[in-house]
Amino acid sequence: MRIGVFVCHCGSNIAATVDCPSVAEAAKMFPDVAFATDTMYACSEPGQDSIINAVKEHHLDGVVVASCSPRMHEPTFRRAVERAGLNKYMLEMANIREHVSWIGKDKELNTRKASDLVHIAVEKLRRDTPLVANKFDVTKKVMVIGGGVAGIQAALDCADAGIEVVLVEREPSIGGKMSKIDKTFPTVDCSSCILGPKMVDIAQHPNITLYTMAEVEEVGGYVGNFDVKIRRKATYVNWDNCTGCGLCMEKCPSKKGFDRFNEGIATTTAINIPFPQAIPKKASINPESCIMLTKGKCGVCAKVCPTKCIDFEQKDTIVEDKVGAIIAATGYDLFDYTVYGQYGAGKYPDVVTSLQYERMMNASGPTSGHIKRPSDGKEPKNVVFIQCVGSRDKSVGRPYCSGFCCMYTAKQAILTKDHIPDSNSYVFYMDIRSPGKGYDEFTRRAQEQYEVQYIRGRVSMVFPQGDKLMVRGVDTLAGEQAEVEADLVVLAVGVESSVGASGLAEKLRISYDSYGFFMEAHPKLKPVETNTAGVYLAGCAQGPKDIPTSVGQGSAAAAKVAALFSKDMLESDPQVSKVDMARCVGCLKCVETCPFGAIKEIQDRGGNVKAEVIETVCQGCGICTVTCPQGAIQLQHFKDNQILAEVNALCQAEMSFE
Amino acid sequence: MSLSIGYYPGCSGQGTSIEYEQSTRTVFARLGIALSEIPDWSCCGSTPAHTVNHVLSAALSARNLELAAKAGMETVTTPCPSCLTNLRTASHKMENEAFRAEVAELLETECSSLAEIKSTLQVLVEDFGIDAIKAKMTRPLEGLRVACYYGCIMNRPKELMQFDDPEHPMAMDNIMKACGAEVLPFPLKVECCGASAGIPRKDIVAELSGRLLDAAALLGVDAVVTACPLCQMNLDLRQSQANAARGTNHQMPVFYYTQLMGLAMGLSAEDMGLSKLCVDPNPCLKRAGVL
Repeated sequence: MRIGVFVCHCGSNIAATVDCPSVAEAAKMFPDVAFATDTMYACSEPGQDSIINAVKEHHLDGVVVASCSPRMHEPTFRRAVERAGLNKYMLEMANIREHVSWIGKDKELNTRKASDLVHIAVEKLRRDTPLVANKFDVTKKVMVIGGGVAGIQAALDCADAGIEVVLVEREPSIGGKMSKIDKTFPTVDCSSCILGPKMVDIAQHPNITLYTMAEVEEVGGYVGNFDVKIRRKATYVNWDNCTGCGLCMEKCPSKKGFDRFNEGIATTTAINIPFPQAIPKKASINPESCIMLTKGKCGVCAKVCPTKCIDFEQKDTIVEDKVGAIIAATGYDLFDYTVYGQYGAGKYPDVVTSLQYERMMNASGPTSGHIKRPSDGKEPKNVVFIQCVGSRDKSVGRPYCSGFCCMYTAKQAILTKDHIPDSNSYVFYMDIRSPGKGYDEFTRRAQEQYEVQYIRGRVSMVFPQGDKLMVRGVDTLAGEQAEVEADLVVLAVGVESSVGASGLAEKLRISYDSYGFFMEAHPKLKPVETNTAGVYLAGCAQGPKDIPTSVGQGSAAAAKVAALFSKDMLESDPQVSKVDMARCVGCLKCVETCPFGAIKEIQDRGGNVKAEVIETVCQGCGICTVTCPQGAIQLQHFKDNQILAEVNALCQAEMSFE
Repeated sequence: MSLSIGYYPGCSGQGTSIEYEQSTRTVFARLGIALSEIPDWSCCGSTPAHTVNHVLSAALSARNLELAAKAGMETVTTPCPSCLTNLRTASHKMENEAFRAEVAELLETECSSLAEIKSTLQVLVEDFGIDAIKAKMTRPLEGLRVACYYGCIMNRPKELMQFDDPEHPMAMDNIMKACGAEVLPFPLKVECCGASAGIPRKDIVAELSGRLLDAAALLGVDAVVTACPLCQMNLDLRQSQANAARGTNHQMPVFYYTQLMGLAMGLSAEDMGLSKLCVDPNPCLKRAGVL
């Protein structure tokens, strides 16, 4: 075998702390190495060309590239090797950047370690065999999880591209947080006026199947062929017949239920349609507040329903489907501000969250758009906004900036003046963060035109004094204490990952960060992809972002799905387990240990029990290979003899660099 | 129930808050909690020591906790939140080996074992129990409306104190309720009274304590209840200064919570040292039918 070794400088990323020419020189001493050199940027066009030329010139059978993590550039170099006429699996990478140059400062030790890693790669490559991928069909249907604005955009763009879409939403209506917002910044246009038509499009699009009151139960399979199970929760209303007339809501005697859509500032009936523009406009029963379902008698809704669609016996149902791609757009939840004892910990009725305030300002909200104090229904004259409640605060475990609160606070202060012209608004802020088109102009408008008083500093406490709330903080620009008498205090609560996000990530086999936000495949270059093929991200599920960015990501994820589905067949990864039938004794231990259900029991021609790997389901984890008592099941490209050869290489006597 | 616990009285208890000391001992005895004083205890270092030298401050505090441990006391309690802060801070800092070595050198002892320190409030609420307190009441304080004022350091910093809510503590509120008093939610219960600023800057204490008295008066309570010698002094002894500085005319009695507990348990005004209070508490107690 003739092996070529290419040691990359990666500019100064590697060369600063690794002597690359020495590593290339050392590589020439390893068995079967016919050619070795160092190169400035192996991944650049001239870098790749030099690999291709060397393969041809030196008649190489395999290539080792010592550079960055294979996560970064393995696909790049595999393509280069393929262009050189070799099988693309005749490539090994030695990670001398993340594993060496970036983590060690001692150049001599680094050089030695880099050489060792190249040695390991050479020994593995000597035992590599060409692998050929199989092709498989793609189910050209996408499941979008989450019906907020990001999910809606993704679903519509996919559907418009001719792709079948299944949209799953856990609330009774799509629309997400945006449907609760009164107006949007910086244009101050009506949120439901711009979102409403998109919601209707979802309902009417022939390519979209919408499941609300539904959650993803199980996801199996792989890119192109995911098997999904969707739990449709019992609504106790037969939605095929419900016309959304609302008669049941008028007559329902249980009127004290928590109103989720209105963020708890009002109560609602046990059977309800969350808001007038709901899609689908269907009633559902909250089993916790329904008298019939809790006490066994009532049934008023069933009596008044003109289409007789109430069904107290309804149970959850499971829908099974097959999709080729998944877009996770599960959005966010609000920070629970009650951990802030100094803001009253939820004890003061006139301290509300920003989203509650949106509902108070909204014409279709419980106060019909009149801002009223929850405690006594009076119109507030002094409104104090406190920013960064659950953002940029390590003491509550939320060190990150939620990104859009500065903007919505400016918007709410402007709207307050519109609603109550003789009112005064005060904003306690840390920094004004408004880096968007027309955003900074907007916050200035709040200050200059609407005379909102911005006070730079944190609030130390809010406490009641008579029927007012005293807000005491610091004005760090003036260098003194600031005390404002408020009628209403609005907390700009920050963004948290959506409830249950981590559980969904585990079902989808994607990663999430320590705050529960889904991890993109690359923070700059793959913002909507995940490390699981066929699973894409959109909106706040990936991290805090405003409406335009969420919509942009929704479209981006849809474009990725469209590109995936532009092929009729996909290639499977041949780096999977394979059973040597002659060695297999049919103990089926591998079947039990496989976490993906990728191994099945078969009978050979002689009727003997054997194990067989379902190539497209196998994820290449290798658990079966260590379970097999016979060594009959082997992970291709990572066979036992290859691993042993790597260990052997590592245990050789130290090299010297004289 | 019989409890036995080490006791650190603190210096204030020997002077300015002698009625707190007296009522604490009497009430604990009546509840059946035996307090054994740390033999040869000394000052915790108070405010001056830690403003000058942390090692010195820790040494002054640790000496007491070591004496307690040597006398076989696992836990020590103190009525004074300022002592509590110093003693707890010393224990916490001495978890650091290097710091402990410095303290040990200064004290010329090993400092190998220190007793745990708790506030008397914590002992009453967590070890004795609100229900047990309630069972001892013979003369409930019905008709007495009070605001409980904790001061800034009784529960803070929360990582150090690990007792009650740092922003909305309820320990004293619950004890007063168990005594039959009507407890109103006091919004400034953990705000600063001005503390020892009263010595160099009387105006600061007049302003800060004045605000507390305003808030209590606005609530319409008969009295403020405290658990801190310094808070009590600022609100009670300096009440006339606050009135003069801010043009108010408060006549707000300021009790130690142990005094009211004692009265509710049938102990006498004399036992509770009521005569030591500056603002006359008798009118409000008579109005409420307690005396």
